[in-house]
Amino acid sequence: MTSAGSRQLPPPPRDPRDTVVEFRGVSKLYGPGGIGLERATFAVRRQEMVFLVGPTGSGKSTIMRLLIKELEPTDGRIRVAGRDLSEIEHKKVPYYRRNVGVVFQDFKLLPTRTVYDNIAYALQVTGTSRKQIRATLPDILRLTGLSTKLHNYPHQLSGGEQQRVAVARAFAAHPPLLLADEPTGNLDPETSIGIMQLLYRINRAGTTVLVASHDNEMVDRMRRRVIELKRGRIVRDEASGLYGAREENTDELGERLKREAT
Amino acid sequence: MRPGFFLKESFRSIKRNALPSFAALASVLVTTLVLGVFIPVVEATNGAANDVRGRVLVDVDMTTSATPAEVARVRGELQRAPHVKSIQYVSKQQGYETEKKHNPQAFALIGYNPLPDIFRITPDKPENSAAVRKELDQSSPLGTRLVTDPAIAAVQNRQAQTNQILSATRVIKITMALLAALLVLASILLISNTIRLSLFSRRREVEVMKLVGATDWFIRWPFVIEGVVLGALGGVLAVLLLGIGKVAFLDPLASDFALIAAPQTIGFALLAILLLVASIAVSAAGSSISLRKFLRV
Repeated sequence: MTSAGSRQLPPPPRDPRDTVVEFRGVSKLYGPGGIGLERATFAVRRQEMVFLVGPTGSGKSTIMRLLIKELEPTDGRIRVAGRDLSEIEHKKVPYYRRNVGVVFQDFKLLPTRTVYDNIAYALQVTGTSRKQIRATLPDILRLTGLSTKLHNYPHQLSGGEQQRVAVARAFAAHPPLLLADEPTGNLDPETSIGIMQLLYRINRAGTTVLVASHDNEMVDRMRRRVIELKRGRIVRDEASGLYGAREENTDELGERLKREAT
Repeated sequence: MRPGFFLKESFRSIKRNALPSFAALASVLVTTLVLGVFIPVVEATNGAANDVRGRVLVDVDMTTSATPAEVARVRGELQRAPHVKSIQYVSKQQGYETEKKHNPQAFALIGYNPLPDIFRITPDKPENSAAVRKELDQSSPLGTRLVTDPAIAAVQNRQAQTNQILSATRVIKITMALLAALLVLASILLISNTIRLSLFSRRREVEVMKLVGATDWFIRWPFVIEGVVLGALGGVLAVLLLGIGKVAFLDPLASDFALIAAPQTIGFALLAILLLVASIAVSAAGSSISLRKFLRV
């Protein structure tokens, strides 16, 4: 734990309603000896954009999977928007998940459906009428820059475009919390910047965004709050020096990312 | 719940898994077809068996010296006895004439009529023939026979014959029921396997559905509808084939073939409805097995 000295914990949230994600002493063991997460404690405030970094197997994905209630913690307490996840019954889990958008490294698109249908699917699930879907989808498509790819199938798109579709699907129902597990893991740096810009734009629109990534450089350049994990433990939790200063707009962010990358 | 959406989804899935879907449809079709042939055959067999069973009789032999007054008295007693459906009186003379026709040489040798007057009793149910016999002819613990009327010489219920007929019809019924059950089971398993395949080929899709917050039943409905549509389609085809078979083969034969024309067999319309309901029920059962086992959502 070399960085233990520089470890700063964020101040406890003043208003508990302001906390979107709260982990308190959360541990997750995978069978005997397999540690996924060890006594992790952190809180994410509303409209924050937080990066989880660390090598493979450090517990980033475990946190994501705990947050969508795909896994149950071995110990500890997880609250999302003040709600204790262990209190959500099995039957209510789908309704909970509608409030959490998820993006994965491998996109997880439906290969037999068009871009439009892939995104619309997330809304159909919640019982949104076709009319309403037709009304809301163009906005999301414009936001993600997919307006011209409407009728393409996933295999006709580039990796970056596929990930945009995945982001659009995750954001279609305008969830208050968006999780992205290695969203740029399969993409080249140039395309990655585009995806990060998109996530940043979504964050600025008011959604709390949690991004897991092992791309340290990219994360540092984003100048957001970073939580670093090592073998299931949180070893660093610090807000970037610029955090809280004047917010960049998306274009400025993109310009800066490109400049710093070269 | 939005039926239109689910229906569209399930047809999309049938189209995409055309081969397994066809296999399931064919299995339901074959089962329904066999059941459709089966039900009338079982009925006809049962009808025939019942006919045979209906012939189980109890014979009451009068003493050879019985007077007409005694015969009349016994007739009255028999009519009052329980489990008696009908009584047929065969007098000495009638019996002698029928037997002589069967075996003229033997009766020519005997030279006189050794036969008693006989009452042939048909019990209300074949199973009750023993009870009727017991009623009229009780064996006392001491071995002496206690005949209810001194004019009755013996009561015979053709025990061996009765038992044979009863057991034979029972075996036929049980075999038929067993075969039918096996067929239904086979179809259920085939359907459930098809749904399993369809689930397996779409496990990615199911995963995504779960991620975006689809409820369990939102995921299940298309699969259930898929199974039921396949079952219903198989059932309709089977009924059509049966109808064609009936018109083409059975109807021309009906006049020559007593068994098939037996009045006890089920009407075609009723049979068709029954088969459709059965095929839908079978496919619903099949899909629910798979959904329960392989879609722990």
